[in-house]
Amino acid sequence: MNVAIVDYGVGNIKSIQHSLDRIGVNHTYTMAKEEIISADKVIFPGVGDASYAMKQLKNQNLDKLIPNLKQPFLGICLGMQLMCNYSEEGDTSCLGVINTRVKKFNSNNNKIPQIGWNNIKNLKTNLFKGINENEFMYFVHTYFVPKSTYTISESLYGLNYSSAINKDNFYGTQFHPEKSGLIGEKIIKNFISEL
Amino acid sequence: MVAKRIIPCLDIDNNRTVKGINFLNLIDAGDPVELAKLYSNQGADELVFLDITATKDKRKTLSNLALKISKNINIPFTVGGGISSIDDVSSMLFSGADKISINTQAYRTPDLINKVSSRYGSQCVVVAIDAKYINGSWYVYLVGGREKTNTKLIDWAVEVQERGAGEILFTSMNNDGTKNGFANEILSNLSEKLTIPIIASGGAGKVQDFVDVFKIGNADAALAASVFHFKEIEIKNLKEELIKNNIKVRL
Repeated sequence: MNVAIVDYGVGNIKSIQHSLDRIGVNHTYTMAKEEIISADKVIFPGVGDASYAMKQLKNQNLDKLIPNLKQPFLGICLGMQLMCNYSEEGDTSCLGVINTRVKKFNSNNNKIPQIGWNNIKNLKTNLFKGINENEFMYFVHTYFVPKSTYTISESLYGLNYSSAINKDNFYGTQFHPEKSGLIGEKIIKNFISEL
Repeated sequence: MVAKRIIPCLDIDNNRTVKGINFLNLIDAGDPVELAKLYSNQGADELVFLDITATKDKRKTLSNLALKISKNINIPFTVGGGISSIDDVSSMLFSGADKISINTQAYRTPDLINKVSSRYGSQCVVVAIDAKYINGSWYVYLVGGREKTNTKLIDWAVEVQERGAGEILFTSMNNDGTKNGFANEILSNLSEKLTIPIIASGGAGKVQDFVDVFKIGNADAALAASVFHFKEIEIKNLKEELIKNNIKVRL
């Protein structure tokens, strides 16, 4: 088993690496296409600005590669948002893997960004195998993916939105499983061994 | 909805936790990594590490510490102390820190806030503000409370939000160390004026202080050091009491 963590110059990936170390799987942090294509699983991290991140992906021609990957793929936080069609953040066209848009939270009723622990519910797919409804996960975000047929977990912040999405081999979590204690680590373990 | 957060703060000097530590069941109570693990297991939602070391290789020390912490805990943490450039920030984030906290340097070179937030996102920028209430107004202080400015707290808080701060860590110097509760009135004003989350600091002494800072001060998170270090309040008990008071926390 080898996991490729996509390197496109954004994001804090130390925690993901440490999580995978604790689980005991080999991983490489790479931008090399062959390594990404041949990996058993791909993790797509990301924090920061969507338009900057898309620029980085385009510079490395990863924007063409990612949508064609066949192995289980997990986008985390901004990584998940980049899997969508379009983000209001910087008016950015994204990778188009999942047919939905990324919108900005309304600041009338809520602090923005959402920072902290929130519940996940209506959990679907084996990504959440053995995970109880309403567990707390750690979130940090200003933009969100609305509910759709691709939603496999939802959370409430002013409105119910997608805290995880899935289409075919592509999975995305808005929360940071690598920052969400033991339960979060269990979700990463599920990605490694159940998908 | 998102839960209110409880954040223990560890002051680090030369790689050791300082400020009286009173743990009996730790092999090495001064080891910040051991303390971090303990707090994480007790249910802390996040941790803050402030480096008070005054040396030139501080940045290297602090990023090594961040690396060790991220290896050992899997909850978010912030590091601060002497961060003065985008390179310092990069080194902390690439060592595994989730957020950086800047205080005096943010005031002296406010453009740093813009630079960091546009490069790494506002979620990783915590601007710490120390302020003191004098003759009817709150003034911003720098250098660990040693240097007074003529800037009003609210003005500076609004400015840092506009420049891209993701959170404000507000310490009331009037309350800090008193154990008489947080500065709830100004906290609630800040919360009303700002759209970003506020971490309240300074004054925690008993469980009711935490109830009040969330209910009256409208804080999004509460930070404390000595009540946790001296085991006067245990995080799990604190959270159970908060739930009894209808405050949402992660248990």
